[in-house]
Amino acid sequence: MTDQTTPPRSFQEIILRLQTYWAAKGCAILQPYDMEVGAGTFHPATTLRSLGSTPWAAAYVQPSRRPTDGRYGENPNRLQHYYQYQVLIKPSPPDLQDLYLGSLQAIGIDMQVHDIRFVEDDWESPTLGAWGLGWEVWCDGMEVSQFTYFQQVGGHDCAPVSGELTYGLERLAMYVLGIDHVMDMPFNDPQSPSPLTYGDIFKQTEEEYARWNFDVADTQVLLRHFEEAEAECAAILSHPAQDPKTGKYIVMAHPAYDQCIKASHVFNLLDARGVISVTERQAYIGRVRALAKQCADAFVTTAAGGGQPA
Amino acid sequence: MPDLLIELFSEEIPARMQGRAAEDLKKRMTDGLVEAGLTYASAAAFSTPRRLTLTVQGLLARSPDQREERKGPRADAPEKAIDGFLRGAGVARDQLETRDTPKGPVLFALIERPGRPAAEIIAEVLETTIRNFPWPKSMRWGAGNLRWVRPLHSILCLLSDTDGNQVVPLDLDGIIAGNTTRGHRFMAPDAFAVSSFEDYETKLKRAHVVLNAGERADHIWADATNQAFAAGLEVVPDQGLLAEVAGLVEWPVVLLGTIDAQFLDLPPEVLQTSMREHQKFFSVRDPKTGRITRFITVANRETADNGATILAGNQKVLSARLADAKFFWDNDLRVATSDRNLTAWTGALKNVTFHNKLGSQDDRTRRIAALARELAPAVGADADQAELAAGLAKADLSSEMVYEFPELQGLMGRYYIQAAGHPAEIAAVAQEHYSPLGPSDDVPTAPLSVAVALADKLDTLTGFWAIDEKPTGSKDPFALRRAALGVIRLMLENGLRIELRSICHHAGNAHPAPDGKDGRETADDLLAFIHDRLKVYLRDQGIRHDIIDACIAMPGNDDLSLLVNRARALNDVLATEDGENLLQGFKRANNILTQAEDKDGVEYSFGADVKFAEDDSEKALFAALDAAKAKIDPALAAQDFPTAMAAMAGLRAPIDAFFENVQVNTDNQTLRRNRLNLLSQIRQICVSVADLTRVEG
Repeated sequence: MTDQTTPPRSFQEIILRLQTYWAAKGCAILQPYDMEVGAGTFHPATTLRSLGSTPWAAAYVQPSRRPTDGRYGENPNRLQHYYQYQVLIKPSPPDLQDLYLGSLQAIGIDMQVHDIRFVEDDWESPTLGAWGLGWEVWCDGMEVSQFTYFQQVGGHDCAPVSGELTYGLERLAMYVLGIDHVMDMPFNDPQSPSPLTYGDIFKQTEEEYARWNFDVADTQVLLRHFEEAEAECAAILSHPAQDPKTGKYIVMAHPAYDQCIKASHVFNLLDARGVISVTERQAYIGRVRALAKQCADAFVTTAAGGGQPA
Repeated sequence: MPDLLIELFSEEIPARMQGRAAEDLKKRMTDGLVEAGLTYASAAAFSTPRRLTLTVQGLLARSPDQREERKGPRADAPEKAIDGFLRGAGVARDQLETRDTPKGPVLFALIERPGRPAAEIIAEVLETTIRNFPWPKSMRWGAGNLRWVRPLHSILCLLSDTDGNQVVPLDLDGIIAGNTTRGHRFMAPDAFAVSSFEDYETKLKRAHVVLNAGERADHIWADATNQAFAAGLEVVPDQGLLAEVAGLVEWPVVLLGTIDAQFLDLPPEVLQTSMREHQKFFSVRDPKTGRITRFITVANRETADNGATILAGNQKVLSARLADAKFFWDNDLRVATSDRNLTAWTGALKNVTFHNKLGSQDDRTRRIAALARELAPAVGADADQAELAAGLAKADLSSEMVYEFPELQGLMGRYYIQAAGHPAEIAAVAQEHYSPLGPSDDVPTAPLSVAVALADKLDTLTGFWAIDEKPTGSKDPFALRRAALGVIRLMLENGLRIELRSICHHAGNAHPAPDGKDGRETADDLLAFIHDRLKVYLRDQGIRHDIIDACIAMPGNDDLSLLVNRARALNDVLATEDGENLLQGFKRANNILTQAEDKDGVEYSFGADVKFAEDDSEKALFAALDAAKAKIDPALAAQDFPTAMAAMAGLRAPIDAFFENVQVNTDNQTLRRNRLNLLSQIRQICVSVADLTRVEG
């Protein structure tokens, strides 16, 4: 067990403490989804599992990519690749706020000297056709988390309602560790024989990806990928639920949703390349939303989505 | 007489909704109680981030007994009709009474409604209130179906009087009303019981919760100004922010922080916007220089270190924010000072779509520049300068600062254009050309700003008219009504003399024209829209729509200043006794004339001849009309409407006398024709001033 009375010393210790804390609260500790996503919400453990009536409790780290936020590793706070910590509990427990505050305590934020505030911030994801009400949580004026009660996902009403917590890990850790530039943040224990900073691990990749995202990525190829993912998503879902080989009832909601994730990320890359005009932007978002909706429609007919006996 | 205390305790309510919600709670509860017969002496509602509270004093302990008599069908009515009446009245057959009436024996129901205890009524009204609460946005949570702004945790509902107190029994989807609440989330989180409103308010304060939002705001403001004063500074007043911050805390603790010296050279608006929008800080300035040097933040708790950790955290966050702002400012200044024409930014506007049918922001800027050039002489501006200023006015939309803080558009342009080496009046256009944005916004007066502001709005209007995207009903997505009001206020408040019809037609030609559409028709349609907005605008100043219609019917109606001068003069003259009576005389003359013209199928527009005048009053009218015309024509030529209107009103006495003494429709056709032609002269003279046929009354 990590010692929660001493302040954490590294980025990874903060992650480990969150994992330990939420595991103790009964969450399944999942691993990151193995695809490029813009935020932890895109993980099917959140998007799809927030649908239907089956209870759910999961927590995980999700590497996230926002190509337009790339700054070649120079900006102290902005990265094109970063980590989110995501918790999703369905139905949202009545003491979710207290559970959340407990997690801040677990990573070394002392409620007796800090000023924690829940400030209105309604969440909406136009690409996922999802929205919810909640807050951004402030610690001494800094946003450290997003706290949302999901009301709708993929165009479906959430019943029961899931509570979603999203921690921006770098920013939160920088605050707890008292670091001014993300690249200076100790990633592992600074006392260890081979101490590594965030910059040791990510400075070079931030440069490489910033260059590729902004100037090199082949937009023609990307445009084609978008079209292909869109077509594949629809094609997957067009198959009858009855598998002709096994005779089983198999709706391929997850493989279809992978294509939706892919389309969404390709759209983000195209956006970073500056080839999408303001008016086209809305049209692309609408196309991704249509995919998300079809996947949600499919998922709620499956056992995990509460549509079939498990 | 018992008192009622209700507290609805929830997770954090958005600050902007709290005040309204407290009022809604009070209104819905007291309305419901009174409707059920429970009157009261006084009521007050309160809000904090986590609670809505209502206190009702001097409530009836029971609703009064009620007795109602309801008339039913005749005693011999069919059984079906009588059954229906019984169901509707909720009584049994033996509760009916038969009474003899002039229509025969009729059944009457006597309905007794015994009064009910207050608690029963309160529980019902509270449940209805909660289930139908008018939150701007509400949500579900957990596995339930109840809706509230955020999860509702507990309900305190207590009736108290001198003998003690009782909890009003209520179970709302598992939330059971009680007599307990909680204090401050961190400083006093434990539950405690209360016995009355006074007890509640006192114990809350002990538990670090100030119930009254006004008291919290007063405390914040007093403490903030004191701390600033002690440092030789003053707080920049901001009522909106004060109300919002008072809704973010239950226990306000005011902290005065420092802005890192490297950021003090940023424009004060940038500092203020960044601090206000992102951090909800008040700006603190040096009263001598006006420069913002420090900030006030309001924490929600006391700490052992007197807020040192909180303040240090807030300063750090602010530094990160301002580092961004300074980075944008420095980058932007580099662009601005390297190229007087800001081509890097104006060129980038090519890639920004204004509207997919109306081209890019660059296309739009070019159109505005051409139009500003054309308008310049009429507003007293130099045409070259107007074109230049318009071409630069939207350059800042490409700047990094405006990308980050869109609300600083225009203002940043002003800084950057000046930094690029242009004179202040050219730079000011960037900021002022967006104005006026609303009915109370200041209207620019500097000629260059007026020219570009007008061009900006006319380009918007003619553009959306050209592509047929006009406002309908409540839908006005491109704020075209606001643009039209802007044109009106720019014209009127600067006394501009511009003929809009040809300008609109001309400006409309700069847009892609839809197939087969006549530009003149479009311009006329737009002018009619502007006239409609003008009516709304003048109605608020007490000028009726029909008076404006009477003036719109006159030539030169596309010159709004002229039109409004005429309307004001007409409005003034019709407010006098002479004017009012002249209108009646005119209407009488016009009615007789129109009827005769309809009947005879001719138009009486020949000059009447005084030699056929018989009566003295008839001769006097001839003389008066000649005299009036001699005054009115030159006055109209000089656009001196008050003089023209006064001369017209002077016809009142001779017209009245004429109608009193002379019959127009006589048997003598020569006399009749002459008199009709005389009436026609009245009409001609009057409608040369304004189309009085359109005035009501």
